[in-house]
Amino acid sequence: MKPAPFDYVRPGTLEEALQALAGHPEAKVLAGGQSLVPLLSMRLAAPAVLVDINDLPGLDHVRVSADGVRVGALARHAAVLRDPDVARVQPLVPLALANVAHATIRNRGTTVGSLVHADAAAEMPMVLRLLDGSLDVVGPGGRRTIPVAELYVGPLESSLHHDEIAVEAFFPALAPHTGVAFEEIARRHGDYAMCGVAAVVTVEGDRVVKASAGYLSVSDIPTVVDLTEALDGSISDASLAAAAEAALEQLDPETDIHATADYRAHLARVLTARVVTAAYENAREEKA
Amino acid sequence: MSTEQTHEIRLNVNGVEHQAAVPARRLLSDALRHDLGLTGTHVGCEHGVCGACTVLVDGQPMRSCLMFAVSAAGHEITTVEGLSRPDGELGPVQQAFRECHGLQCGFCTPGFLTTITAGIAENPDPTEDEARDMVAGNLCRCTGYQNIVKAVCRAAELARSDEDGAA
Repeated sequence: MKPAPFDYVRPGTLEEALQALAGHPEAKVLAGGQSLVPLLSMRLAAPAVLVDINDLPGLDHVRVSADGVRVGALARHAAVLRDPDVARVQPLVPLALANVAHATIRNRGTTVGSLVHADAAAEMPMVLRLLDGSLDVVGPGGRRTIPVAELYVGPLESSLHHDEIAVEAFFPALAPHTGVAFEEIARRHGDYAMCGVAAVVTVEGDRVVKASAGYLSVSDIPTVVDLTEALDGSISDASLAAAAEAALEQLDPETDIHATADYRAHLARVLTARVVTAAYENAREEKA
Repeated sequence: MSTEQTHEIRLNVNGVEHQAAVPARRLLSDALRHDLGLTGTHVGCEHGVCGACTVLVDGQPMRSCLMFAVSAAGHEITTVEGLSRPDGELGPVQQAFRECHGLQCGFCTPGFLTTITAGIAENPDPTEDEARDMVAGNLCRCTGYQNIVKAVCRAAELARSDEDGAA
């Protein structure tokens, strides 16, 4: 349970960090390390070089404006979670963050780090996907914005190039007449969920005009399903059941030591109904 | 076999500056125990699940098994050894664990003590639910947690009366 040897650099500027990455194809970026260090300790990963970006200036921001929330690469989950402006502009972000591991892990782990780790069992990649956000990365060619639809390309795989560093994530603001909700079920609070669902529902009066849900731990990449058609404008037992079936067509729950595939599918159905209903009610009240 | 490169680091632990030469892969938990001889920090799972190795980094609880010692340089680390009072008597959280029988074998205790020290600094009067939430990231296989939750509330009470006494 000890990492394999690696070279360690802790650059003071983004340029130096990019040079360090460019010089070593086997290099890996270390930010919070709450997912990376266990992988190293279990020797599931053994990069030749770790580029520790914790000293880079100007990357620990949480900036909130009317159009959304911008989270810098060194903003810890805990800092994003306790920012009251984040909750006001995009309440789904703190709803999900409260379920990211335990408080102790959130003190060190970074939200952007979780996004580029690209784990389909993690909350924030799914939330970024559901909100249709984006990720800004900097590489030798300069800065580019990756829309989330192009970010997640495979299990634990993002479209970042090895010589790029993710510097900022953008979570769009909550739209008018729209509600959000999040719920997950785990064996113990703070563990990886057996299934988790988030929903975004937009209404006109009592009518649902747009609804989508994001799923974690029931597919191998962060997955979002458009439920607008299945709900057909209303929230009822029948429309919610239709929505859950529509979602399951695009999910692929698997059996592991924590839960069977059938049980995960059951959770996806139950949580879809629960979370879509909650998001609908929040949209009608125009609060969360 | 090439010799592994080491880094000269300064670690500020419990207000004392330590120097050590460590390879980059040295976990903070191992540096505390093996390089500095501070064996109060316990190592359970070594992948961030059990919480036994929790220390305070600039006052915030973090897993010392999920940080490298080289990354911890320049930060103020507090371990269980730093939680007693200046006169050597038990600190409020330690005292509460003794009074409430909050430990049996004691292996997980250092991680609970550091976590709760930071927890009651942030929330000086936790409800029982908040106390449970505070320790949710720490595993204990002996106590069943009932007395640990009691100890959180008692520690908060002791810390508050310390504050009143100081005021």
